[in-house]
Amino acid sequence: MSRTKGLVEIDHFGLDYISDGQATEAVDDVSISVRPGEFVSIVGPSGCGKSTLLNAVAGFRAPTRGRVRVDGEEVRGPGADRGMVFQQYSLFPWKTVRQNVEFGLKMKGIGVDERERMARTLLALAGLIGFEDQYPDRLSGGMKQRVGIVRALATGPKVLLLDEPFGALDAQTRVIMQQILTNIWQRLRLSVLFVTHDIDEAIFLSDRVYVMTARPGRLKAEFAVTLPRPRDPDGMQEPGFLALRRELAGLIREESLRAMGGELAGGLDGLDVMLGDGSLADVL
Amino acid sequence: MDLPMPTEPAPLSTLPRSVPAPRRAAPARRVRTPGWPRLRAVLLGTLSIAIFLALWQAASATHLDFFLSFDNIPAPSDVAVRAMAIVLSPAFVGDVITSCERVYFGFAIAALLAVPTGLVIGRYKVAHELIFPLCELLRPVPAIAWVPISIMLWPTDWESIVFITFLGAFFPILLNTLYGVQRIDPVLVLAARSLGASEGAIFREVYLPGALPAIFAGLAVGMGVGWVSVIAAEMISGQSGIGYFTWQAYSLIQYSDIVLGMVAIGLLGLVSSAIIRGIGRAAMPWLPAL
Ligand SMILES: Nc1ncnc2c1ncn2[C@@H]1O[C@H](COP(=O)(O)OP(=O)(O)O)[C@@H](O)[C@H]1O
Ligand SMILES: [Mg+2]
Repeated sequence: MSRTKGLVEIDHFGLDYISDGQATEAVDDVSISVRPGEFVSIVGPSGCGKSTLLNAVAGFRAPTRGRVRVDGEEVRGPGADRGMVFQQYSLFPWKTVRQNVEFGLKMKGIGVDERERMARTLLALAGLIGFEDQYPDRLSGGMKQRVGIVRALATGPKVLLLDEPFGALDAQTRVIMQQILTNIWQRLRLSVLFVTHDIDEAIFLSDRVYVMTARPGRLKAEFAVTLPRPRDPDGMQEPGFLALRRELAGLIREESLRAMGGELAGGLDGLDVMLGDGSLADVL
Repeated sequence: MDLPMPTEPAPLSTLPRSVPAPRRAAPARRVRTPGWPRLRAVLLGTLSIAIFLALWQAASATHLDFFLSFDNIPAPSDVAVRAMAIVLSPAFVGDVITSCERVYFGFAIAALLAVPTGLVIGRYKVAHELIFPLCELLRPVPAIAWVPISIMLWPTDWESIVFITFLGAFFPILLNTLYGVQRIDPVLVLAARSLGASEGAIFREVYLPGALPAIFAGLAVGMGVGWVSVIAAEMISGQSGIGYFTWQAYSLIQYSDIVLGMVAIGLLGLVSSAIIRGIGRAAMPWLPAL
């Protein structure tokens, strides 16, 4: 099977948020591409515009400057050709696991039997057999996010967009989820654009990693991750991995400090706030 | 093509198990309070009711007259005797049915109008700007205050009382529906749109079910206000119905019938809200059992 679909081109992208008649520049002049079948991550300090970028590819927001194209066509709104996975799971609480997964197929007008058959394959792939009739409330975080991923995949998108999907999970669950995602990606051979603030996660999963600067978000660096696959979670101690990790961590720390410097320059009030909710430690 | 990773998904046993995992979804288990605490609750509840009735019986039997006058107040035993005599009579049953008709009819129209209106003004800012101020203008006027206007407005007694009931039920249902829509997580709407949902599908699949818990809260309140309104309207202007029966009993010096009417009204309200709760539970199986 040759892949010709799933090309994402983000071209000199910029986005300003307008609130109270005041424009805030969230992202400026970012150019990113995802080749068909490629796994690409974006890392950067919190608030640098990662979600903004992903939402533009999903079609939730139009760019202020530049262009976003998928397979050569300008993104004009949300659509099932791009699957979206949110950090807060965002499963429909009133639908069972099966109904959540079948939602996109139902919207496509696919019949009940066919829907069930297609959903079943994906549920099996994510280890969710036996939980089809549960409501999301009764599931653990890891299971909810597996449902979220499978739901986004059910309509057969060419591109999967994930916005810090494992950010709320504990470390062990996260490693398992990363393996499941790698599995699914390799099976379905789709393009993935993955947002995270976890450097290890980005390296472990990706073919390429983009680093963004603090606000307004711009591109700071781009890395190819040439580590061979399959990648073993225990292999994170190997020299190749560690060297890459050190380099990426250095860049991100620089950006975080820059972001903080900007805020500190704003006066001591800023410092109080940051120390107050402990985010200083988070940033470092 | 070679797939370097193991192609089997991680076996279930290696996956996190923070949820007790039945192979098939077990129906929601209602946890029964075991033995004694439950029995105690029943006994204490019965005890306070029994004491209440006993004090009332004593006060009436002795024609207690100390600031409060029990001189004309029928004893519970009188009410019970009277209930045996007339509860199954065609006249009494007819009054009950008439009131039920008025409440359920007015309530049904209120629900059919208020729920869609609430969904639409919760969803569209323009609709909110158009309709909400009118609602805020009309809402503070209690349904009962509409009685004279309603009598003039509608051809018959029946319709004007149904209208009063409708007014009483409409606003709680509307406001709760609106609130239910407004507190839906916007990310769920984004998720639906990115899965290809049309505007109509978003209404059906996201706004309606998402607002359902608030809608049922509104229906329960609306039903309560509906009963208040119908009884008051019947007392003021009715020629029939359980509210009319109760007021008429006062005029006719049938004091036992007053209490009988009150008990009937209470029971009818109780049954009505139980019906709404039952429908609500059936319509929202995802909510944890209370
Ligand atoms: N709806 C919005 N209105 C105004 N500003 C926003 C909005 N969403 C995000 N922002 C701002 O844009 C910047 C980038 O946000 P976001 O894309 O969420 O960053 P990230 O996902 O990297 O944490 C932040 O400074 C944030 O405060
Ligand atoms: Mg974000």
